[in-house]
Amino acid sequence: MKRFLKAILPIVLSVSASSVAITVHADEIVVYSARNEQLIKPLFDAYTAETGVKIQFITDKEGPLMARLKAEGKNTPADILLTVDAGNLWQAVNEKLLQPIRSPSLSENVPENLRDPDYNWYGLSVRARTMVYNTAKVKPSDLSSYEALAEPQWKNRLCLRTSKKVYNQSLVAMMIAEHGEAKTEKIVKGWVANLATDPLADDTKAIEAVANGICDVTIVNTYYFGRVMKKDPQLPVAIFWPNQNIANQEAGVHVNVSGAGVTRYAKNPEAAKKFIIWLSSEKAQNLYADENMEFPVNPKVKPVAAVAAWGSFKPNLINVATAGELQAKAVMLMDRVGYK
Amino acid sequence: MRDILSRGVASRLTPHASPSTVKIVARFSLSFPWLIAAPIALLTLIPLLVVLSSFLNPQAEIWAHLTNYVLPDLLRNTFWMLIGVATGVTVLGVSLAWLTAICEFPGSRFFRWALLLPMALPAYVMAFTWLGLFDITGIVPMWLRSEFDLILPLQMRSRGGVILVMVLVFYPYVYLTARSAFQGQGGRLIEAAQSLGISPARAFWRIALPLARPAIIAGLLLALMETLADFGTVSLFNYDTFTTAIYKSWFSLFSLPAASQLAGLLIIVVLIAVLLEAQMRANRQFAESVRSPVKATRLVLRGSVALAASCWCGFIFLLAFVVPMVPITIWAVQSAVQDLDVRYWTFAGHSLLLATLGSLLIIVLAVLLAYAQRMQNTFAMRIVSRIATLGYALPGTVLAVGVFIPVAFLDNVWININQWLWQRETEQIFQGSLLVMLLGYCARFLAVSYAPIETGLQRISRSMDEAAQSLGVAGLQRLRRIHVPMLRTSMLTAAALCFVDIMKELPITLMTRPFGWDTLAVRVFEMTSEGEWQRAALPALLIVLVGLLPVIFLNHRDSVRGMR
Repeated sequence: MKRFLKAILPIVLSVSASSVAITVHADEIVVYSARNEQLIKPLFDAYTAETGVKIQFITDKEGPLMARLKAEGKNTPADILLTVDAGNLWQAVNEKLLQPIRSPSLSENVPENLRDPDYNWYGLSVRARTMVYNTAKVKPSDLSSYEALAEPQWKNRLCLRTSKKVYNQSLVAMMIAEHGEAKTEKIVKGWVANLATDPLADDTKAIEAVANGICDVTIVNTYYFGRVMKKDPQLPVAIFWPNQNIANQEAGVHVNVSGAGVTRYAKNPEAAKKFIIWLSSEKAQNLYADENMEFPVNPKVKPVAAVAAWGSFKPNLINVATAGELQAKAVMLMDRVGYK
Repeated sequence: MRDILSRGVASRLTPHASPSTVKIVARFSLSFPWLIAAPIALLTLIPLLVVLSSFLNPQAEIWAHLTNYVLPDLLRNTFWMLIGVATGVTVLGVSLAWLTAICEFPGSRFFRWALLLPMALPAYVMAFTWLGLFDITGIVPMWLRSEFDLILPLQMRSRGGVILVMVLVFYPYVYLTARSAFQGQGGRLIEAAQSLGISPARAFWRIALPLARPAIIAGLLLALMETLADFGTVSLFNYDTFTTAIYKSWFSLFSLPAASQLAGLLIIVVLIAVLLEAQMRANRQFAESVRSPVKATRLVLRGSVALAASCWCGFIFLLAFVVPMVPITIWAVQSAVQDLDVRYWTFAGHSLLLATLGSLLIIVLAVLLAYAQRMQNTFAMRIVSRIATLGYALPGTVLAVGVFIPVAFLDNVWININQWLWQRETEQIFQGSLLVMLLGYCARFLAVSYAPIETGLQRISRSMDEAAQSLGVAGLQRLRRIHVPMLRTSMLTAAALCFVDIMKELPITLMTRPFGWDTLAVRVFEMTSEGEWQRAALPALLIVLVGLLPVIFLNHRDSVRGMR
């Protein structure tokens, strides 16, 4: 034991004292990312290959990343915050962690409803939250809108993912923006009454439940559907685009974004801005969206064939930042009606 | 014989605090124990204070909402979960520990180490595989439905399911601590009892179990603290517990202060519980007479009893290890084609480095802290040593922020001083250094090694201390020459627990690692954050394989000792 300690203690001390730390060079960009490594690393590599600009990054969940930015304050090494879900981006603005950037190409590449009205962040890929139904038990003509799933004909036929997932919180927040709180509460209450089984832990489980006849219809992000179908194309499930023929011009399929903004105290804001512009450009958009079967945010870029095969849809046009603004309200509403 | 025996048992059973000794020791080195304990406790206290400082920032609206709609259900859920897990881990841990430490039956040598293996699995990975197999859309119910038109009456996604999974991952804490206590008692205790005509069963209930109680409770507390802090497992089951409220406040209601306040309450409750436990045995001693290095004799089971023992151990091993490992291995092999590359050497290397350094550091601190408390066994000292171990009950991400904020603060001070004095632009020196990571692990996992070490230290009779003292061996020298050699088993147990816990650790690693410095656990996170659970099987499998190292080491040591 003693010999072991004698051998290892010097190593312990020297390694722990040596700061493997942060050495960021002037021409580097540092990214804090809540989007996972295998989705962003290929982009970083491509950008470095094209421009020679090196990119350092660290991944974590959104909450800790924002707490980290806040604690580091003016001395943060981060230039860019890259994250999933408009609610989180809104919160980053709310906490004053980002700074506005403007450029004609960004305005052109990113549709107005998918970026911050004050230019603090820009959506980079679109995630559509739509319906998936069991083709043996449901005719597409039975389906119409998210709201209609609250009607009694869906009793014991609906599956939902847990309300703790931000995707559902954003969906309900956008419904509050469209219908007001009282009507939304009634709708969500209707959903809960129609549940065939307790809310599920993730979208994949919800699709599996539909495929196996536990329930007939559910609400999920399309890329989960893509993933499930890639593994087992024979499953009796299909996508339905809800809220397409509604009088309200702004109504449509609920969309959300993954996006990025330049941090308030970025050391290298110009380089960071250039990188975000590049991410929204035609060159990078497919690389950004395709790996996870998401939709490119840039209207000039077509989605990958497997995604395009699901057909086109009219998205909801209310600015996605609203999802963040109303998120707390939405969560409280879902708690009130017992949506677990 | 009878005389020797009664003396032996008496010395084990009589709770004799010898106040005079305590006083002498205390007077001898009044400030010394504090000098050791205070800095160690600060490691945990600082992050805790960061968490508690949130109370300066009242969140009335969120609290009103939580108390009306969220907390009543959550508290009920949490209560039943704790009761269930406590019962389960105690029954499993104690029964398996007794069988493998004292008895000899077919397979007992194998089970002795194999029953530790489930510990290497992150709890949420275990949960995912169990759900994948037995949830309504899982493989088993679907197969039963299609082949036999059979629908299982029991739902996996339920309170019972959560408890089952937690018991299966957390029983090793009790198993390990109880086993080292039973091993310390040795088979001689049972032999002695038998010679008095007391059956092994009675000896277990009347002698072995009461003597092992502190160790069992220490392991149980660890399991319960981990249960309270768990978020991954309960969220897979969509089973709302107190942790759910913490993360809901932070991530969904965007209020880190409210989340910290909830975590602060949790900590206060846990502190009271551990203090009560410490108080309960503060004035009792469970010391054994000096151990002789005689090979422990074992109770040889025969016939149906032996068969039952084998079946019970085999059944638990099957549920806790084989069942989850089969799908993990299959998925890992499937995704290896796509994902396995040379980088995995680096990930595994980083995990191994962190776990080795971290557990060594934690062991040293835990021994010092326990020794400080032994030298000065006062209430104040008990509070300090308990505070030092509270990090384990905090949800990891909350603790990680508590660790990070002071570090960032120090860095900011450093940078500002540089700018002010020398107009020099500098970078962070603490953040992203291994030292900070390791100190973060200490704050989180000190409890894990403190528990076995403290109970191990308690088993060493105070007369040893007095004897050493009278020979002029005191202070740290006494610790090194007397206690540490006797604590070897406890220290190794503690190191093994810490090692696998650090291998699995996520929030502190994510928050404090240097750029591009990924570990196996971080790989699991990268895959699961977008719900790609099956791709996470590869790094998870590697965590288990690397986590096997200390188990094999422990086992090797055990068997070498057994042969001597």
